[in-house]
Order: sequence, then C-alpha cells, then structure tokens
Amino acid sequence: MTLLEVRGSPPPRQWRKQPFIVNPWVRWGLYLGALVYLVLAIGSLEFNWARIIAGMDRGAAFIAGFLKPDFTSRWQDIYEGFLESLTMTVVATVIGVLLSIPVALGAARNLAPLPVYLVCRGIIAVSRAFQEIIIAIVFVAMFGFGPLAGVATLAFSSIGFLAKLLAEDIEDIDRQQVEAIQATGASWLQILNYAIQPQVAARFIGLSLYRLDINFRESAVIGIVGAGGIGATLNTAIARYEYDSAAAVLLCIIAVVLLVEYSSGFLRRRLL
Amino acid sequence: MLTIEQLTKRYSTGDLALDSVDLQVTKGQVIALIGPSGAGKSTLIRCVNRLVEPTHGRIWLNNEQITGLRSRSLRRMRCRIGMIFQEYALVERLTVMENVLSGRLGYIGFWRSFFRRFPETDIERAFDLLERVGIEDMVDKRADALSGGQRQRVGIARALIQNPEILLIDEPTASLDPKTSRQIMQLIVDLCRESGLAAIINIHDVQLAMMFVERVIGLRQGRVVYDGSPAQLNAARLTEIYGEADWTGTAREEQDEQRDLPTSAEVIVPLIELPETGVGRQRVVGS
Repeated sequence: MTLLEVRGSPPPRQWRKQPFIVNPWVRWGLYLGALVYLVLAIGSLEFNWARIIAGMDRGAAFIAGFLKPDFTSRWQDIYEGFLESLTMTVVATVIGVLLSIPVALGAARNLAPLPVYLVCRGIIAVSRAFQEIIIAIVFVAMFGFGPLAGVATLAFSSIGFLAKLLAEDIEDIDRQQVEAIQATGASWLQILNYAIQPQVAARFIGLSLYRLDINFRESAVIGIVGAGGIGATLNTAIARYEYDSAAAVLLCIIAVVLLVEYSSGFLRRRLL
Repeated sequence: MLTIEQLTKRYSTGDLALDSVDLQVTKGQVIALIGPSGAGKSTLIRCVNRLVEPTHGRIWLNNEQITGLRSRSLRRMRCRIGMIFQEYALVERLTVMENVLSGRLGYIGFWRSFFRRFPETDIERAFDLLERVGIEDMVDKRADALSGGQRQRVGIARALIQNPEILLIDEPTASLDPKTSRQIMQLIVDLCRESGLAAIINIHDVQLAMMFVERVIGLRQGRVVYDGSPAQLNAARLTEIYGEADWTGTAREEQDEQRDLPTSAEVIVPLIELPETGVGRQRVVGS
C-alpha cells in the first residue's frame, strides 16, 4: 500500500510554469497581432517574376564559374591582393590593439574619473556605431583609394571593439587584489602592472587574436568600396564578369580565413 | 605608536561605520578587534592605511600624521604599514615570488618593477621569508595553484617584506579550516613577537582571538564598547558587543564554572601547535 492509497488523502496538487505574459488577453492579442502583421508584410512584397527568371541565367553563369575556378590567369593580382590584405590586417590590428589599451583604461569606471570615462566611452560608441563599410567609404573619401584607407578603417573599428571588451573586463576584476597592491605603497603604474594587467592580460591577448581574424575577413569586404586588399581584386574580377577568377579569389579567402581562425583559436587555447 | 583620535567614517550611502573611535596601540602589541559584522572593523583598519578615507579624526604612526597625507607621501607611509587580507588577495596569475616581491613596490621605481629587476637584498629577504613561513619550495608556482593556508602564508610574507612598523590584519582565518586557522594565527603572533611588530587583527572567532592576543577591542556599531584583556571578556561583555546569545563555553567565567565538563578551550588545545614545544613549531612551519 502506497501513501497515495490512504483514504481521505487530498488530490495531488497541480503546478504549471507561469506564462511569460500573465494576462491571457494580452498574450493571445500579441500572438494574433504578430500573425496579422506577418501576413500583411508578405503580401506587400512585390515579386517581379520576369526579373527573377532573367537573373537565373546570370546566377547560373556565376555558379558555373565557381565550378571551374581559374587561379592562373589572374594569379599575380590575387597574390598581390592577399599580400596587401594580410599587411593591412596585421598593421591595423597592431595599431588598434595599442590604441585600444589607453581608451579601455579610460573607459573602465573603476579606474577613470567621470570626465575621462565619458570621453573614452564616447570614442568607443563612435567607433562601434558604424559598420566597417561605412567607415571605409569615409576614409576612402579622405585618403583616396588604396590600402591606407583600409588600414585606417580596420584600426578604427578595432579600437571600439577591443576597448569596449577590455574595459568591461577591467570593470570585472577582483578589487581585493588591487587593494592589496595599493596597500604596499605601489604607484598607479605599478598597480596597473601588478594588480590589473595579470587579471586581464590572457583574455586581452585572446581578444586581439580574435580581432585579427575579424580584420582579415573585413579587409576582403572593405576592398569592394575601394579600400585596397583582396576585396579590390574580387571587385575587379566581378566587374569584368570573370566569375572563374572571382571564384578563385573567394576560395582563397575561405582558405585563409579558416587558417587564420584555426591558428588564432589554437593560440588562444594555449594562452588561457 | 599608533594613535587614533576621534576617527569617524560616514559612507556616501549615509551609513555611519565609525563613530569617534579613540585607540592607542603601543609597540609590539598584538590587538584583536572583535565585533559583529558591520561593526566597522574593516573600515577601521582600512582607515589606517587610507584605503578608506576617514570623514573625521586623526591618525598618527610614530608621531607622523597619516590623515591628510597626499599621493607620494601617502605611498611612502603605506610602505610602513603591512596588510594581510581575509581572502588572501594575492594576485592569482602572478607567481608566489612576484606576489611576495610586490610588497617592495613602494620602494622601487616603475621600470625596475616592470622588468621584475628587484634589488638582490629584496630577493634574498623574500627567500628568507618564504622559508620562515614554510613554503620555500613554491617560489615559481602561480598563486592560484596554492591551498588556502599556503596562500595566506604568501600574504603574510608579502606584508612582512615591506619591513612594516605595524600590521593590519583583516579576518586572517575566515576562509581557513580550524586547524589551519590556528596555525596561521600562531604564525602571525610568533612573527610579531620576533620582530616587535604591533598588529591589529580583525577577527570573528572570539575564542581564537582570546587564545592568541594580549588585548581585545570590542566594536559595536562603530563605537569601542570593550577594551581590555581577553581574560576579562565575560558573557556580559560579549553580550554588550554582540548582543544577546548563549556565551557558554566562549567567555572565560563560564568555563571556570563548569570544571567537570571538558570546555571547548580544552578540546581545542591539542590542535594548537604551541610555540614552546619544538615539534609544534616545526609543524607550524612545515605544513
């Protein structure tokens, strides 16, 4: 005889997880509203079937080009494009890392006084507000076509990315360790070097390597708007309808991105 | 030696942590600061080396006023005050040696410390201290690889390498097991006695405090409510510090009344490695 069979025991109690929106009218109203909007939105799309069918041919030519990528006829351009991209990536990452450190220190609320904090957070916000392509267009307008604009673009957006993440890391450090070093009579720079750097260095190196491979991928994209590198080569190939060469460029980009990603991933694992 | 006058601290939240505390510590005196959580014990010792800025009051160390010192002279003053923390506060990713040598940062310039080029005498002293606290074979281990007791030994060595005139010790045993707690307290008290160092020890564990120190200060709501020897700390006085509770077995008088029962103090004694027995000393150092 189990406990449940005892006569007169109350029925088993019920429990259900409360829905996220408690009021059923609001809940079902929202679901219905979303559904109606979706139907209307799909209805408002205009499908130009004639254009789509015409485009199929071009798509087919593009795919056909991919099936027989041509590495040889434009090899010199591809090679130079990659070299330029890699140079841009490395130079921009180094500049970005170096400049992001002071910005990050200023943007960490536990280190910087309020005015400095606001200025540095402002720099980060501006750097992160725009997508790389938009920044690249501005820099191409300023510096003209070529890798200089590319380096400026990548360095600028690296600053925002790295400084934001490093600053947040610094804000999360263990205060006790800082207090202990402070209590020894250490100067501000010594506190940075002994109490803060050890706590954030490993992750910062990891982030820098991660940014290195983001920068390489971005260097292929911003080339399309004239900021040099392999993107420029790709853009030229597509503009000339040389889809076989374009395919070769894309395959090379995939290969290099994979290589950079795996090697930086490997390094990060070793460091952390 | 250390003189605290009318020390008051009101935090920006409005909490009054210290309410005109007066305190004098003489040379070589080891004091336990007891009191409930939030009584202002941590604030008090942090005011001494100005990790917390006092609202009112003055503090002197050997006739030199600590309150009011600015940047460089404050740093020079901090060199003279060693501090040991509850959760060790070692820099986890630095080695044991770097952690110990960081106690010398106030004495050397930035670039020397950046390249870890410490004077030979400092390194020699660091090795001596590591031997004294019993972890000489851990020199190049990273601090996060150590056990609690070992970490606190590194923390002690870091404070001592400063050649301080006084030690501020914040809950040295709160993160340690009872046996290690006693060893660490013994070590601290021995080291203070060896070099005539004064110390203020914040401590929760009243019994532990009474076993090791010569003077107890009771703090309640930021005020000193007891100042005397551990022997006079009876149930009534503990109630005054902590509030109503059953103090049987903690206060001295109760222990005397219950002679037939083994008191907790008697039970604990075999666990302490007494300094005068050679064996005990070795275990304190070695384990």
